[in-house]
Amino acid sequence: MKKITLLLSTFLFLVASCTPQATQPAGPQTLTIMTHDSFAVNGDVVKAFEQANNANIVFLQSGDAGTVLNKAILTREAPLADLLFGVDNTFLSRALEADIFESYESSLLNQIPDEFKLDDSNRVLPVDYGDVCINYDKKYFTEISLAVPQSLEDLLKPEYAGLLVVENPATSSTGLAFMLATVAHFGDSFNEYWSALKDNGVIVVDGWETAYYTNFSASSGKGPQPMVVSYGTSPAAEVIFAETPLDDAPTASILGPDTCFRQIEFVGILKGTQQRTLAEKFVDFMLSQQFQEDMPLQMFVYPVNPNAALPEAFVKYAQAPEQPATLSPAVIAAKRDEWIQAWADVVLK
Amino acid sequence: MNQTINHGDIESAENIKKLRVLVSPWLTRILLWSLPLAFLLFAFFLPLSKILLLTFNTSALTSENLRITNYALRFTFYQAILSTFITLLLGLPSAYLFAHYDFRGKALLRALTAVPFMLPTVVVAAGFNALLGPRGLLHTFLPLSSFQFIGTLSAILIAHVFYNTTIIIRIVGSALSSLDPKLEHAARSLGADSLHVWLNVTLPLLRPSILASTLLVFLFDFTSFGVILLLGGPQFSTLEVEIYVQAVKQLNLPVAALLAVIQLICTLVFSILYTRIAARFTLQLAPRSTNKRRPKTIREKIFVTSLCLLLSAFFILPLASLPIRSLFRLEADRGQRGEVQYGFTTDYYTELFVNRRGSVFYVPPIQATINSLGYAGGTVVLSLLLGFPAAIALAKPTHLEKILDPLIMLPLGSSAVMLGLGFIISYGKWLTSPLLVPFAHTLVALPFVIRTLQPAIASIPQRLRQAASSLGASPFEVWKNVDLPIIRRATLAAATFAFTISLGEFGATLLISRPEYPTIPVAIERFLSQPGGLNYGQSMAMATILLLLATVSILVIEKFRLPDTGEF
Repeated sequence: MKKITLLLSTFLFLVASCTPQATQPAGPQTLTIMTHDSFAVNGDVVKAFEQANNANIVFLQSGDAGTVLNKAILTREAPLADLLFGVDNTFLSRALEADIFESYESSLLNQIPDEFKLDDSNRVLPVDYGDVCINYDKKYFTEISLAVPQSLEDLLKPEYAGLLVVENPATSSTGLAFMLATVAHFGDSFNEYWSALKDNGVIVVDGWETAYYTNFSASSGKGPQPMVVSYGTSPAAEVIFAETPLDDAPTASILGPDTCFRQIEFVGILKGTQQRTLAEKFVDFMLSQQFQEDMPLQMFVYPVNPNAALPEAFVKYAQAPEQPATLSPAVIAAKRDEWIQAWADVVLK
Repeated sequence: MNQTINHGDIESAENIKKLRVLVSPWLTRILLWSLPLAFLLFAFFLPLSKILLLTFNTSALTSENLRITNYALRFTFYQAILSTFITLLLGLPSAYLFAHYDFRGKALLRALTAVPFMLPTVVVAAGFNALLGPRGLLHTFLPLSSFQFIGTLSAILIAHVFYNTTIIIRIVGSALSSLDPKLEHAARSLGADSLHVWLNVTLPLLRPSILASTLLVFLFDFTSFGVILLLGGPQFSTLEVEIYVQAVKQLNLPVAALLAVIQLICTLVFSILYTRIAARFTLQLAPRSTNKRRPKTIREKIFVTSLCLLLSAFFILPLASLPIRSLFRLEADRGQRGEVQYGFTTDYYTELFVNRRGSVFYVPPIQATINSLGYAGGTVVLSLLLGFPAAIALAKPTHLEKILDPLIMLPLGSSAVMLGLGFIISYGKWLTSPLLVPFAHTLVALPFVIRTLQPAIASIPQRLRQAASSLGASPFEVWKNVDLPIIRRATLAAATFAFTISLGEFGATLLISRPEYPTIPVAIERFLSQPGGLNYGQSMAMATILLLLATVSILVIEKFRLPDTGEF
């Protein structure tokens, strides 16, 4: 019995030690930002904002991008947060349709190129962008003296048979982005392209983790495929998170026209916020140089503010395509389900 | 209370007795059910019905959606039936092995069979991949180029068996150890051979626990999600996967709600069927002293040795690759073509302690361990607290229990995604409190705890209780000397389930959001969400910490089973 009592009290102590720290000192106002699980930011950067504005920032990480948007829409009558960060251009129309944001014309918007501003009434403001690109294993291609494919059409050549792994667009956002690139390039006949790609032995898995860590030959998983659908910034991450310091990235991205799909992430002030002024300040802060310069190494995305200096590893190893594929959010919202079904009918049957 | 009779006032004692007979059954029932039902109401029925009422829409009943449903439903049944069958094939002999024989390394092997239960699917997938993947160990030794494991139905089945065999081992095992060996001896002395004893005596006695564990395994397979996505791949889809895709990826909540309702109805049907069948098989068993022994005959030795080897290979090999991979790097040597250089390193572990990018979301490994243990401890306490009264009530079912019994299982068959959305609209900001995490875990653990305790409590012979109290034992003494020896094993098995379920977090991350106090599985997922060898290595190191923590915890919990009382 003693043992059980001891065990119980240990557990209770552990549970108690998990309870939140006691009340905040009166004064600072709390600003809640709802975001997805991939969001990351430097603690000092947040502290700088908190001190300058006598605020207390709470990040509510609520699942992946789709889950977060669902939650925001379902709770629009009594919003859980003041801001929502992480809606991207593939979900944008759905978010705008649901009417969950308040317009805010930040003075910093004039620093940001127009190509990133996808909502005329500024209900959402762009924060970062990144390209979903095919990464390749540099060593594999040099060792067998094989030319790296440069276009979507190249991937159909017999010498690349079975060398590419992609993600399922129904379950993975990178998979969806790559499928959208083929839609942007081939139009309605994109399914014929996928039929040919399937004949050339394309491997399909459900998620990015499996594709990258299980199938891709240049990752730590040492898989069989030397090409994977990932991000244009992944080569920089491979250097920064290398096991032993590297002087060159083991991977690179294929940057041919329409091979990459550009994702843009937005922030918006949620309707019904009680902290409108503070929320505006935080949006400004997210667009400011300090936050924009911290972002690349936290989330491996590019800042939309061109005044933000890129970290050295980004300049050296991350690659952005000159002509990424794009589609308007309205078209994506209207046809994505239909495209995914058409894709599945060709590739999974 | 029985002592009151000693003082002669027989008439009033009789009156009290009469009164008790009239009042107590209902009062006891209400008292027993109040806490578990209140919990299920607020943590399950209320949020789930809220989200379903909000999103369910008959417009989702299109022929296309019905086609998707039909396809997913058929595959869901197919793989669940196959998986459950294979799990029983491995689980039943293993339960027998652990209940009847003593051998070296038994405690460790037994503990290891429970470890997969708490590992995140992504880690299990990495383990199988390191063993059976395209460049796995098996390929190094047996270069069969045509062999393909990941992405096949076999991968799904094997992973399900890997996860769920422990359910059979623990539930059937705890029933097997409480069987009265005298029954077996009697049958033998009457001339029955081993097979007949097994078929006619042992098996019927075990039926309640076999049924209960089969139902749990089946429900886990039926609602499988991570295994299908990570080991099965895009050509396989269960209802749970479809619900996730519709809700989270296509933001199509009406279709997700339709599928969730179908899944719920199926779960209810299985549970009602179970309740009906199980009601016929409740047996009262006498507690007994231990009958574990070393294998003696050649046949026994062959059985024990071969099953031990099989279990070791099946459970240790996929797990072993995690610690190995966390201590060795596979670095491609630039000078030599295709050569892979293996090097020992502790970098991954030291790196865990460094917050290199100053992220606000960084969690030191020790903190993650403390968080995980804290939540798991809370879940054990909470689920036993709620599970015991329910199991006691269910052990002697009245009409009330026949209605309530199937409802207990429903949380296992409901979609985590939809329930999570239900939580959000029901409780909003409250959900950010880390104190709610054990509640979410208890929702999954409770059906296990109840199903483990109920057959044990039902098996307590009433006549022993009566005999004890007529000999003057107080209710507590009766409980301590009659009930406790019988339910001790079951309680430990229940606690192990609650603990492992919490440590492994089954989809609970989908239920509630909590920015603070991340657990080990959360930390593992974070590492694996970005490219880079160091991230991969750190995820393996974190997984190894979870592996050790899990093994040690189970060994500690199972230590409590030791003092087998031999008083009867």
